[in-house]
This record gives sequence, structure tokens and C-alpha cells, in this order.
Amino acid sequence: MPVTGYELTHLQMLEAEAIHIFREVAAEFERPALLFSGGKDSIVMLRVAEKAFWPAKLPFPLLHIDTGHNFAEVLNFRDHRAEQLGARLVVASVQAAIDAGELTEDTRPGASRNQLQTPVLLDAIADNRFDAVFGGARRDEEKARAKERVYSFRDEFGQWDPKNQRPELWSLYNGRHRPGEHIRVFPLSNWTELDIWRYIAQESLEIPSIYYAHSREVIERDGMLLGVTELTPPRPGEIVVPRQVRYRTVGDITCTGAVESTAATVDEVIAEVAATRITERGATRADDRVSDAAMEDRKKEGYF
Amino acid sequence: MAELLRVATAGSVDDGKSTLIGRLLYDTKSLFTDQLAAVERTSRERGDGYVDLALLTDGLRAEREQGITIDVAYRYFATPRRSFILADTPGHVQYTRNMVTGASTADLALLLVDARKGVVEQTRRHAFLASLLRVPHLVLCINKMDLVDFDREVFEKIKEEFRHFAAKLEIVDVTAIPVSALGGDNVVSRSPSTPWYDGSSLLHHLEELHIASDRNLIDVRFPVQWVVRPRSDDLHDYRGYAGRVAGGVLKPGDDVIVLPSGLTTRVAGIDSFDGPVDEAFPPMSVTVRLEDDLDVSRGDMIARPNNRPTVGQDLNLMVSWMVDAPLRRRARIGVKHTTRSVRAMVTDVSYRVDIDTLHRDETVETLALNDIGRVALRTTSPLCYDPYRRNRDTGSVLLIDETSGATLGAGMIL
Ligand SMILES: Nc1nc2c(ncn2[C@@H]2O[C@H](COP(=O)(O)OP(=O)(O)OP(=O)(O)O)[C@@H](O)[C@H]2O)c(=O)[nH]1
Ligand SMILES: [Mg+2]
Repeated sequence: MPVTGYELTHLQMLEAEAIHIFREVAAEFERPALLFSGGKDSIVMLRVAEKAFWPAKLPFPLLHIDTGHNFAEVLNFRDHRAEQLGARLVVASVQAAIDAGELTEDTRPGASRNQLQTPVLLDAIADNRFDAVFGGARRDEEKARAKERVYSFRDEFGQWDPKNQRPELWSLYNGRHRPGEHIRVFPLSNWTELDIWRYIAQESLEIPSIYYAHSREVIERDGMLLGVTELTPPRPGEIVVPRQVRYRTVGDITCTGAVESTAATVDEVIAEVAATRITERGATRADDRVSDAAMEDRKKEGYF
Repeated sequence: MAELLRVATAGSVDDGKSTLIGRLLYDTKSLFTDQLAAVERTSRERGDGYVDLALLTDGLRAEREQGITIDVAYRYFATPRRSFILADTPGHVQYTRNMVTGASTADLALLLVDARKGVVEQTRRHAFLASLLRVPHLVLCINKMDLVDFDREVFEKIKEEFRHFAAKLEIVDVTAIPVSALGGDNVVSRSPSTPWYDGSSLLHHLEELHIASDRNLIDVRFPVQWVVRPRSDDLHDYRGYAGRVAGGVLKPGDDVIVLPSGLTTRVAGIDSFDGPVDEAFPPMSVTVRLEDDLDVSRGDMIARPNNRPTVGQDLNLMVSWMVDAPLRRRARIGVKHTTRSVRAMVTDVSYRVDIDTLHRDETVETLALNDIGRVALRTTSPLCYDPYRRNRDTGSVLLIDETSGATLGAGMIL
């Protein structure tokens, strides 16, 4: 640790804060779980969790809400990482819920499974009696997230009430809740996209290959580059072109766009992110474009 | 020089806090084009005559409808000198608890005053809260200077008025800057409209401020958060005490005392995922191993035998009360202090502070919503604490409703 004059670097401060949060939750809750999607934020979150309990194993399972619309690289990575840590992985599947008739899928063009994640997540929380769920959301992602506490209280319907959040004082977190209620915990609240990448570099973390530039057949739709896959075939009239792209986020494959990029290494990605003039979600997430308050509305219903 | 500075805004409703934060982000080119485009679109749709930069932090639907801030928004930006966490807090008295939320972790408060109105009750309330919370630095931003023709007299008068009030507070470092959040004057660079002002721009001040000495590196305090017991074959006997250093510098070989039990031992080693740690200091999160096999668990405090916190059940606190139901004598409440949660009874409500005069009103028997006052508690079991003025981590408590779980107030130990 490069320590001079008892100062920590910015990343060390953020890491120390996140470790503190993990330990508080592990100590005060009965059944926490960590949302792990195989995306970059959850990879960073998992590394911090590993540090918090080292040399012991994670004292909670990993939870993935599987939309069935995944990038194969990301799913493989998810399983690989869980196995490496000897962590239990709980997968709750949107497809299974649709097959069982519990959910109806909107099959109109342009619809995504984003909305469907919320009931599946809430069922998984109830079925497993999870009382705290760690999420990798960051406040710099979106203006509603910018308002959310580190401990985000959810009522029995999983709802967030942005107008009536608990005060959050110092680093004294209040995790009290009644049966049926739970807390979403965001240890990376104060990290930015750039911090995430610098941490990936500092820790030499493995991440799914689609975060780096690669050649891919894409179509341009709504000002976004969408990879051509079985789930996202070109519509009549759309032209398929090969491009050098990478992904800035890896959500539901049907609504996550790629960005043109030549960044093939962590350092190149850091340089690119530092220079970019458009937010991660603005560039790549069709789900946030529905309305100005799309994220706030989803969160009120119990979204991540 | 510390790399990270945590800043919180303060001041009365509509004095321009959110606009100032927006201006800082805009003028340091910290905004993304899609964020700016969204704000421009919303301003246009609402028929504002200009781009309302407050929309950058007022992100909730209700905030946009009402044109006020309801809850804290956190924004991040960096310059080559430093990175910043900005907490934009609400000015409305109804949301004082959210202002306290933002200020409780701040190194610096930006206290805004509308140049036309001067120091008002909310200015005083927030200044008093910042001083109680011991936010070590305060910048008095005398805003909307454009509406008073950048008049030096106005600036000097408000500055004096505030100094007069602040003399009664314990604010160590106050700097006053004339600004226009709307026009960007003296925000990122010095403004030609205030040739009479010879101080730095707000950004320059934030970048250059020295904050290292604000941490307590003297009194070793290590609240045990979690006991690490791997129980695997190769680490069968490993037992570490995980926590975040709340004060002082802890080293392997140091003599230590575990409180409240009072047992003494020595630090065998300090571990982290990244290897052994030679010196642990705030705010590091580490794992401490002790030489002797003692009974140590969450809620215990590790200190030095010759420098211990107070161990006791009777606390005197300054309380910022945050709920409608008043705080009364004999009330039974939950208390969270460092990593220890106990129950307590309110044994006395000594006085309420009058925000205008800072006088103590000793006739009151309760504290109402948004009141600040002195309270005595007796806890069911001992806490290991320091005065808040000496240590923010070991001197702060949360007051909690035992039934609903709600946070009732913030307490600072005297
Ligand atoms: N002329 C002028 N108007 C300003 C200035 N700063 C802010 N305003 C206006 O004052 C009004 C209130 O600004 P806000 O930034 O929302 O105030 P606030 O302090 O954040 O208010 P709350 O968060 O609700 O307490 C808006 O209409 C701003 O455009 C300034 O420097 N000059
Ligand atoms: Mg505001």
C-alpha cells in the first residue's frame, strides 16, 4: 500500500468505505445476498466483498436475475467467478417465470424484459427470505440513483419511496426493518464509471471480453448500435454492418447498445472513458430513454 | 494533500445551492452531453428563459414539479488537483433531516446566502448544524450578486452579519466569496464584475484547501465490526477482528486494551487481502489479530491501555430531532453507536437551542421536529465513546425507533 503521511488514495478511500458497508450488513442482517450479473460493477463489488471477509469465504450467496436475454460471455463469466470463490449462486429466471405462466411477456417490437426483472427479483427475495440485497448501482449512473441512500429501505412490496427516505448519518447505517421488508445496499454508491475501470486495472480483474473492442455485426437503431443476435435480428429495411465496438454496460441484450471503440486493453478503456462526453446509460440503454423519470418509476416499483 | 474532498451545500430555500452545483459541474466541463441536453430540453419544455442548471441535481419528479430540492443528490467530479463528492442538500426546513444527512460526512459546507435577503433563519440553522456536526470548513457563498449590481457594500455587510453570528459558533475556518451561480461569477474563475474582490474563485479554494489535519491520528480507536473465522483446514486457528480504524495509528506489536472488558494484549498482526499492513489509520478497513485468545466480539472497542475512550452508560448529547413525534423524557429508544446497538432511556431534555439567538431555552420539556437541543440518555449496557469534538466516529450516535425501525435523530456526544 502506497502510504505517505497517512493519506489514502481516492480508490483506497472508496474501497475502505465499501468494505465497511459489507461487514456492517453481514453482521446485522440474517440473510443477505449479493446481486451478481457478471457485469463490471458487480465484478468490482464482488472483489471488494472478497476483501472484506478474507481469508474467510463470502458469508452470503450470489443472486442473479437471469432475463434469458444474456450475452453468453457474461453468463460463462458469472459461473466461472462463483466457482472460483466457492460461492453459492442462486439464479432466478425470468424465462422460467414466463414458462410457468407467472409473467406475460410483451412481445411487441422494441419491448424488453427489463420490466419483468422486478417481479422475479422480488419473488427471489421473498422465496429465499433475503433481508438485505447488495447491488452494484452507482450514483453517477442516473439522476434518480443520485438521490438514493447506501441503505435503501424497501417496503413489503419492494418499493422505494424517494420522498421519504431514512436519514443516513455519518457511516452509522440503520438496517432495521420488519419482516417482509428488506434493504437494498449499494456499497459502490460513491464510485464513478472511471473509478470502476481504474479499480479493474489496479486489481487486474478479469472481465467479460465484450467490454473490450471487438468486431461485431451491428445495426443502427434509435441512434444506438445494436449487436445482431438471435434475439435481436435486423428488422426489414435495417442494414447490417461490421463495426469495431465494445460494451459499456451489459444488461438485457435486447436493449443494451454497443459503442464504437478501438479500446482493447484496460488502459485504453480508461483513456476512452476519461474522454467520453456521453453517460454510460445515455449511450447504451434503451430502457432509460422511455421517459425522463424512467429510472425513478422503475425503482419505485422495486427495480434494482 | 488529500485527494478526495466531500462537500455539502447548505442555506435557505431558493438561495441557489443546486444552481451553484450545476454551475460548478458545467464550468469544469464535468457534464456529459446527454445530461446537458436533457436539462436543456426540460428547461425549454417548462418555458424557463434560460437553462436551469439546478435540474442537474433536482432529479426527482416531485422536485422538478415543485422547483425545490427534497433530498440530497450526490454528484462527482474531478480536477487535476483533486476529486470531489458533492452533496446538494435541500434548503426547505421540512427536509432538514436530509441536509443533516449530506452534511454529516462533509469536510466542507458551502453555505449560500441570497445577496438580496442576507442571513435568514435557515442560514443560521444550517450554519449551526454544520458547526454541531463539526464540518471543519465553511465557505459562505454570497450568491445572486448579479441582482445587487455586484455591490461590494452588500457583500461586506452580509459577511459582517454572518461573522457576528458565527462568532458564537465553533466554526474553525470561514471564507466568504461573492458569487453568481446563475452567471458563473467567481465560481470557477475570478469575475471581472467584482474587481474589488481579491480572494480566490470557489473552485480554486476547494482545490487548495488543506484538510489532512481534520482526522484524529492520535487516539487509537478500533470498533470491532466482524470476527473473521475461516474454519477451513488450512486456516483452522485463524481469528481476526475486522473493522474500520476510527482513530489513531495502530501497529503490529502495540499494547492494546479491549473494551468494555478491559483485557489487555498485543497486536499480533494487521491483515488485509493485499498483504500485511504496517500501520493502520483512519479510514482504513483492516483485520486485526491479537496475541492472546480473548473473548472479543462485535461492538467491542480496541484502544491503547494509556489512551482509552470513556466507558459508560450515561451520555449527554446534542440532538438534531428528525420526526414529528416529540422527544420526551422517559422515552425508550434504540441507540446505534459505532458497531454497538443498545437500548436507552431519555433521562433528561435539558434545553432547546433558539436558532436565532443561539440562547438555551431551558423551559422546554420536549424536542420537536427539527429542534436541536441537549439530551441525557442512560443506556442498557456500556458504550465506549469519546466527545464528538474529539472524534466524529466514536462520538456520534443514531437514535432509532424500536418499533418501526425509523431513524429519529442524530446525536453528538458532549
Ligand atoms: N439572478 C440569479 N438567480 C439565481 C442565482 N442562483 C440561483 N438563482 C435562481 O434562484 C432560484 C432557486 O435556485 P436553486 O438553485 O433551485 O435554489 P436552491 O438553494 O437549490 O433551493 P432548494 O434546494 O429548494 O433549497 C432559481 O430560479 C435559480 O435560477 C444567481 O446567482 N443569480
Ligand atoms: Mg436545491
